Amino acid sequence: MVAVSSWGRLGHWEHQVAPLHDRSRIAADLATHGSGLAYGMGRSYGDVCLNPGGKLWTTRNLDRFIRFDEESGVLECEAGVLLRDIQQLAVPRGWMLPVTPGTCFVTVGGAIANDVHGKNHHRLGSFGDHVSQLRLVRTDGSQLDCGPDNAPDWFAATIGGMGLTGVITTATLQLRRVCGPWLETETIPFHGLDEFFRLADGSEEAWEYTVSWIDCLSGSGLRGIFLRGNHADDESTVPPVGKPSYLGFTPPLSLVNRLTLRPANGAYYFLHRLAAGKKREDYRPFFYPLDRLADWNRMYGPRGFYQYQCVLPTEQRQDALSALLDETAKSKTGSFLAVLKTFGERQSPGMLSFPRPGATLALDFPNRGEETLALMIRLDAIVGEAGGRLYPAKDARMPQQLFESGYPRLQEFLPFRDAGISSALSRRLLGR
Amino acid sequence: MGEQQRIIVIGATSAIAEHCTRLWMSSPATVLLVGRDEARLERVADDLRVRSPASAITCVAIDFCDPVAIRTLVDDFAGGGAIDIALIAHGTLPDQQQCQQDLVACRDAMEINSLSPALFMEALAGHMGPANRGRLAVIGSVAGDRGRRSNYVYGASKSLLDRYAQGLQHRFAQSGCRICLVKPGPTATPMTARLTDEGLALARVEDVAQVIVKGIVKGKPVIYAPGKWALIMMVIRHLPRFIFNRLDI
Ligand SMILES: Cc1cc2nc3c(=O)[nH]c(=O)nc-3n(C[C@H](O)[C@H](O)[C@H](O)COP(=O)(O)OP(=O)(O)OC[C@H]3O[C@@H](n4cnc5c(N)ncnc54)[C@H](O)[C@@H]3O)c2cc1C
Ligand SMILES: NC(=O)c1ccc[n+]([C@@H]2O[C@H](COP(=O)([O-])OP(=O)(O)OC[C@H]3O[C@@H](n4cnc5c(N)ncnc54)[C@H](OP(=O)(O)O)[C@@H]3O)[C@@H](O)[C@H]2O)c1
Repeated sequence: MVAVSSWGRLGHWEHQVAPLHDRSRIAADLATHGSGLAYGMGRSYGDVCLNPGGKLWTTRNLDRFIRFDEESGVLECEAGVLLRDIQQLAVPRGWMLPVTPGTCFVTVGGAIANDVHGKNHHRLGSFGDHVSQLRLVRTDGSQLDCGPDNAPDWFAATIGGMGLTGVITTATLQLRRVCGPWLETETIPFHGLDEFFRLADGSEEAWEYTVSWIDCLSGSGLRGIFLRGNHADDESTVPPVGKPSYLGFTPPLSLVNRLTLRPANGAYYFLHRLAAGKKREDYRPFFYPLDRLADWNRMYGPRGFYQYQCVLPTEQRQDALSALLDETAKSKTGSFLAVLKTFGERQSPGMLSFPRPGATLALDFPNRGEETLALMIRLDAIVGEAGGRLYPAKDARMPQQLFESGYPRLQEFLPFRDAGISSALSRRLLGR
Repeated sequence: MGEQQRIIVIGATSAIAEHCTRLWMSSPATVLLVGRDEARLERVADDLRVRSPASAITCVAIDFCDPVAIRTLVDDFAGGGAIDIALIAHGTLPDQQQCQQDLVACRDAMEINSLSPALFMEALAGHMGPANRGRLAVIGSVAGDRGRRSNYVYGASKSLLDRYAQGLQHRFAQSGCRICLVKPGPTATPMTARLTDEGLALARVEDVAQVIVKGIVKGKPVIYAPGKWALIMMVIRHLPRFIFNRLDI
């Protein structure tokens, strides 16, 4: 048994760890007694990737590419390949992942199983929208290939299926063309939700990437910075001004170095480090600002932290967001930096995909036990009332009823579950 | 830019070897991947082709204990041009208990861990030493540094490679070709998959490969990977017998 945790470090639980190595032998590897679960990089915050007392099939060694067609941008690879490795391979050849989350240290399997989204959801949807085929191995020894055009029901269950339909062993992805690694970006400070929505809605047409960081301690009278970006459409490999902005960008390093720093000061510092204005920068600091701080999650100390990410339907977004931010500010328990972004008007590919039209807010809360749980229950009430949903990839505690109301296709999903797979989250929210 | 490096990897499906090969192929190379199973070799080759489309990659499956096949294979590859890097990586971690009961298992383990890599070394050194250039590396193990009750069949087999490499280093001391003996510590690969769950701290194969590749570039005669094992094994080798024999390792 080995103690395993996830990104939120809320605890460490004993698991039987069984590494998967050879994609042709996985059916045999899965044929064991007791329940198991695939585990990628454990970059999920809560318990979606944990199976305490049971088996974890680690996929990190399923890290082979299978084929890449430089003409069409079609890439086939094993499910343990990291998004970082795909970017490193593809960008110099004029291709890039069409959708990427805020860290590149996640596996392809994990990105599919949570149907992750990026800053360009309004343009290109979620990760699953760019998967054309995947292979699923089930614990009964069967194996099936599915995609949007073949076995589409299995596909829709597996995209965002939280690993519960089987183990994904390989996937075929359609990459998107880029001229190079450069983005033209703009940073705009703003005050208040009205201004945020004006910026967000007004940028959807002309900007592919949009996101904002906000300082939550200010409540709904919030201040924040709005970031937007487009791919540079020329191939020059040298940024026009100064040194590469990859080096010029300083994420909140001091937060980690000086553990005693008051969070509010940290937020202040961080917001001020991001100079307003336009620049050309490498995709990495823009997409993955936190990846340069390995293990930043440890700054929350031994008790770990919760992330609370919800999406609120467009009609309710303003009122509900105000209420959430006020509640958070009032509680003073914590989240000092939060991410706020709008999702586009599109249907997600998975039955249990998180993205839906509306606005999404992600808040970090250091784990202070009951106090933190009580706050999140108050937030649940606001999200539930607004008809919103929470993101299982970030969750360790949502009430079953909020899950059921947030994911109306749940019943449709259940028949696709693999009887030999279970997670802490599935036991909590799906009964087994 | 000169010509492409010529690289031969024996036991190319080994996880450690595969990660070393990926690093070497960050610039295009001519590579021969040798293994026992065609399909497994092709999976490794496909990955390398995606990573390094300008490289020329060939796979050959042979019987690793057949001296004639080994000689022919090595002669063929050497005939195509001087070898820059040769890595001999195959090996297997036998069940010590079983080897004690079943002499066939014991012999098989020694054959694949000792005899086979030694034959490959001999064949390769015969070309590379006189060619006066290149690196010939073989993977031994920290387990070869001192016999222990829990795995001396494996350890003894690996220690043969120690002496063999030493002998070749002596023989080719004046040659530009360097012979490197690699000694990995416990690493997360298929070989140790069943140990993963025993709470044993395993190094990441990417990190181990980095250390090996750097050591080979430098032509170090002995490469511990990760490097800390040099110190640990020095202590273990020098522990007085009356203490060592009481350790449960
Ligand atoms: C700094 C940071 C920023 C983030 N930003 C974003 C963001 O912008 N958008 C977003 O959507 N998410 C974001 N995330 C969350 C992260 O992208 C997801 O949790 C992702 O799924 C993690 O992938 P992983 O490889 O670590 O998988 P794990 O966390 O190990 O597993 C996640 C789920 O995938 C399943 N799984 C893994 N591999 C397989 C497989 N081969 N077959 C079947 N199931 C499998 C697991 O069982 C589990 O249910 C962020 C996380 C961090 C730490
Ligand atoms: N992992 C560790 O902790 C560790 C520590 C010290 C030393 N080592 C040594 O490192 C080397 C590489 O091992 P690894 O960790 O990368 O493990 P691995 O991935 O399991 O590789 C083992 C390799 O040996 C080959 N092999 C085994 N038996 C064979 C046989 N009878 N004939 C031909 N080939 C055979 C395998 O071929 P197939 O793919 O066809 O099975 C595979 O290529 C080995 O020499 C091992 O002893 C490993």
